[in-house]
Amino acid sequence: MRYLLNHLDSAWALTLIHLRLSLIPLLLGLLIAVPLGAVVWRRTALRRLTTLSASIIFTIPSLALFVVLPLIIPTRILDEANVIVALTLYTTALLVRAVPEALDAVPVNVRDAASAIGYSRIGQLLKVELPLAIPVLTAGLRVVAVTNISMVAVGSVIGIGGLGVWFTEGYQADKSDQIVAGIIAIFVLAVVIDLLILAAGRFITPWVRAKPRRRASA
Amino acid sequence: MSFLQQALDYIFTADNWGGSAGLGARIVEHLQYTGIAVAVAAVIAVPIGLVIGHTGRGSFLVVSTVNALRALPTLGVLLLGVLMWGLGLLPPTAALALLAIPPLLAGTYAGIANVDPKMTDAARSMGMSERRVLTRVEVPNALPLILGGLRTATLQVVATATVAAYASLGGLGRYLIDGIKVRQFYLALVGALLVTVLALLLDGLLALVVWASMPGSGRFRRRMPQPLLDDEVRVDTGTRSRTPDYSGEQSSLTVEGW
Repeated sequence: MRYLLNHLDSAWALTLIHLRLSLIPLLLGLLIAVPLGAVVWRRTALRRLTTLSASIIFTIPSLALFVVLPLIIPTRILDEANVIVALTLYTTALLVRAVPEALDAVPVNVRDAASAIGYSRIGQLLKVELPLAIPVLTAGLRVVAVTNISMVAVGSVIGIGGLGVWFTEGYQADKSDQIVAGIIAIFVLAVVIDLLILAAGRFITPWVRAKPRRRASA
Repeated sequence: MSFLQQALDYIFTADNWGGSAGLGARIVEHLQYTGIAVAVAAVIAVPIGLVIGHTGRGSFLVVSTVNALRALPTLGVLLLGVLMWGLGLLPPTAALALLAIPPLLAGTYAGIANVDPKMTDAARSMGMSERRVLTRVEVPNALPLILGGLRTATLQVVATATVAAYASLGGLGRYLIDGIKVRQFYLALVGALLVTVLALLLDGLLALVVWASMPGSGRFRRRMPQPLLDDEVRVDTGTRSRTPDYSGEQSSLTVEGW
């Protein structure tokens, strides 16, 4: 704990790197997954293909992907870009499965009402169905955010920056207080990001807040 | 592509598989870390999930434990463990078990808590004790979700067990981490490829187990005692667990909210 307080400067610098490496992929993944998920939603064959490839991508261990990626795309080994591409892939893989499922869950009467008042297919998707899918998306995003933060920490083993550096440095210098400081910093970071996404999700879905009673499971 | 060629050459050379530091031994070590950690996590998480799911008391505890443990960095716990307890099986087991507990706990809890109350009420009205309701009705119906949690846990542990090598332990991470340390990237690639194959194989295997555990689907029918109203009973129990409810804020495997 004292280590953390004595090294607030470097903690802040490392936190910024950590956030950059874990949150840029989160945004990119979201930007890819939502349109992709919406496009494959009503197309059974495409949807199966997407789900299958997403599960295979998700199965590849992150540390392995960091190392293998330079072979597939023109980046250098041990480059930050590898981490960003790899984590973007994971984010997309997780969210792209959630989007069609969330769209499936939109009640039929809501859909019928929307088309009855004259929404076009696209308008209905953008203004009715996707907004109703937000709670499922935020749930997915929270899991991905926390996972990404811990994956970046593991990346320090192969020389990737971020707060995980305190683990490898502390281990080599036999300083357990530095490792403890790293654990606390990453833990706090993960919890804060998690709560921020939760709060943002609640903020943009006022209708969920309006009726807090849980729907009884069917 | 020469790295890939070198890596594949290495993997497909029989000499590299034998011995105490060969590929075979490293794979066994890797599976050993994974197996022990998942077993320890299951021994801790499954009973807690069963009790909380059955009684409905302490669901808050499940949600907060799951979220908190997810945020705990495995690498930090592992390295701290090595500094505190020295080398050995204990640090990786503890670190990886902490990683495996959230999905197992969430899966078990969600599985039991989502069993149709009509079924448990029917079981009680037939005179089953609470223990029998849990073991004969709730557990079989929750099995797909419990095993789904086991699948997620195993996948994460097998992928993360590579970091054990950083703490001078064995496993497939040795190739990955040593390869990077000595700048022999084809060696790192050997580790990465084998871990990926191992993860895909284990995941496929467990996906099969989850599929086989769906209740009332008629698989393994011959070995099950046949109730008189065979068909009706099967249809009733089958429909629920095969169509998880995705509506609303909660998705089945990830316990969200707080």
